[in-house]
Amino acid sequence: MTGTGVLQLVGVVAGYRRSQVLHGVDLEVAAGGVTALLGANGAGKTTTLRAISGMVWRRGTITFDGRDLSRLRPDQVARLGIAHVPQGRGTLARLSTAENLMVGALRRRRDSSGVRADLQACFDLFPPLAQRRDAVAGSLSGGEQQMLAIGRALMSRPRLLLLDEPSLGLAPRVTQEMFRVLRDLRAERGLTMLLVEQSVGVALDIADTAVVLETGRVTLRGPAAELAGVDEVRRAYLGS
Amino acid sequence: MTVRAVQQVIDGLASGSIYGALALALVLAHRATGVVNFAQGQMAVVSTFFAWSFVQAGLGVIPAVVLTVAASLLFGAAVERVAMRRFERESPMIAIVATVGLLLLLNGMSSLIWGYELKAFPPAFSSGTLRAGGAVVSITALGTFLVLVAVVLLLYALMMRTRLGLALRAVADNPDSSALSGLPVGHLLMVGWGLAAGLGAIAGCLVAPKLYLDPNMLAGVLVYALAAAVLGGFDSPLGAVVAAWIIGVSENLAATYIGFIGNDLRISVPLLLTVLVLLFRPQGLFGRREVVRV
Repeated sequence: MTGTGVLQLVGVVAGYRRSQVLHGVDLEVAAGGVTALLGANGAGKTTTLRAISGMVWRRGTITFDGRDLSRLRPDQVARLGIAHVPQGRGTLARLSTAENLMVGALRRRRDSSGVRADLQACFDLFPPLAQRRDAVAGSLSGGEQQMLAIGRALMSRPRLLLLDEPSLGLAPRVTQEMFRVLRDLRAERGLTMLLVEQSVGVALDIADTAVVLETGRVTLRGPAAELAGVDEVRRAYLGS
Repeated sequence: MTVRAVQQVIDGLASGSIYGALALALVLAHRATGVVNFAQGQMAVVSTFFAWSFVQAGLGVIPAVVLTVAASLLFGAAVERVAMRRFERESPMIAIVATVGLLLLLNGMSSLIWGYELKAFPPAFSSGTLRAGGAVVSITALGTFLVLVAVVLLLYALMMRTRLGLALRAVADNPDSSALSGLPVGHLLMVGWGLAAGLGAIAGCLVAPKLYLDPNMLAGVLVYALAAAVLGGFDSPLGAVVAAWIIGVSENLAATYIGFIGNDLRISVPLLLTVLVLLFRPQGLFGRREVVRV
């Protein structure tokens, strides 16, 4: 541990009710960087994100900008500038597309002109959302709902974005388009991201650091480009 | 004949307005917390007992009602925090059963505190009547009607035009996901229950002069209010009120003009109507059909 990350996890243990999923995870996300969290199903990738957000019970040290997160509720974590795009997208199905986006900005009380500008920026980023602006969000396609979830996260002007399998259930073309947007966001805004992704190729492409989880522990970590060449990663996740 | 029909419609609108006031509280609770609260009527009765106690203590009716609405906001929030909080995270079925338990608990407690005997409740409106072309409208009915319309407009503005309304709807839709956007879910659920209780208090104080106050005052009204909420589509305040008017009017007309129905079977008319409508429009008259893609 070098101690330079905005987000640091040290010896994090977490799980659901009586079943423990993480058995001591050490992790660090550098400011402005994209860290990919890889691993098989059940390795604890989603649980790691949920532990950061406070959606599951957790012990150990989790700090964001030096602040301890380990006792905070999800809404308190969010207010520190961490936006979590959950698996399954968390669409507010009965609200309209525009309302979903505005929910992301509800905490920005005294910045209505900034919020309006960001809403427009969101629609520019994801043109399909602009067309479905007043549609009930539950009626959007899977890809549109994923864009909506990311857009809603961006509306809070986060400093750290947690993305949980954004490509899940999407057509390859839609996935590509979404990652193009994420890459732009990273380049233009220097947005820090922690990315959980099943499509390892796509993930290693956008990430600069990668961490491999196995049964709740980190087994491998390093620069993304290097990891893409490691035999065990290739065998296990890249299918070659 | 026609004057009689007009009179029946007017009376139907009057009783429909009463069903509508409680239906609004049900709809608000559902929109703000996602729960169908079977105890809503009983909470309104407790609020009405508050108002009665304030009147007994020497307050005028209007100040007593205003004070009661304020007290009910706190009462509703307290009920959520103390009784409902632990059930909200469970399945909707468990939450609903918990509200039925709450109904029984509050019913027992109000009997214990205020007793079973009927209590006269002073009307908020004067007892006069207006005449128009042979039909008679009581000031009370007109006042109830107008209060209801005002409440619907306020509620619509609150839910659709304010940040609080958006936050309440978001939390009702998906609490976990809303928390990830930084919304304090627990506080918002308390606010939702408080607002619904405040609305219920208005409903209780509007009907109490007519029905007399006792712990079971709203048991019958709750049936109509639930029917109105379902018929209107559980998410639409306007739908609930219009449905309540339809129920009140159809009940009155059927009792008057369909011989065998009379006073004994009249309650079955709106319920039958509700079932029929739901057969063809399961989302209710004004509700939005739930569309969920995965």
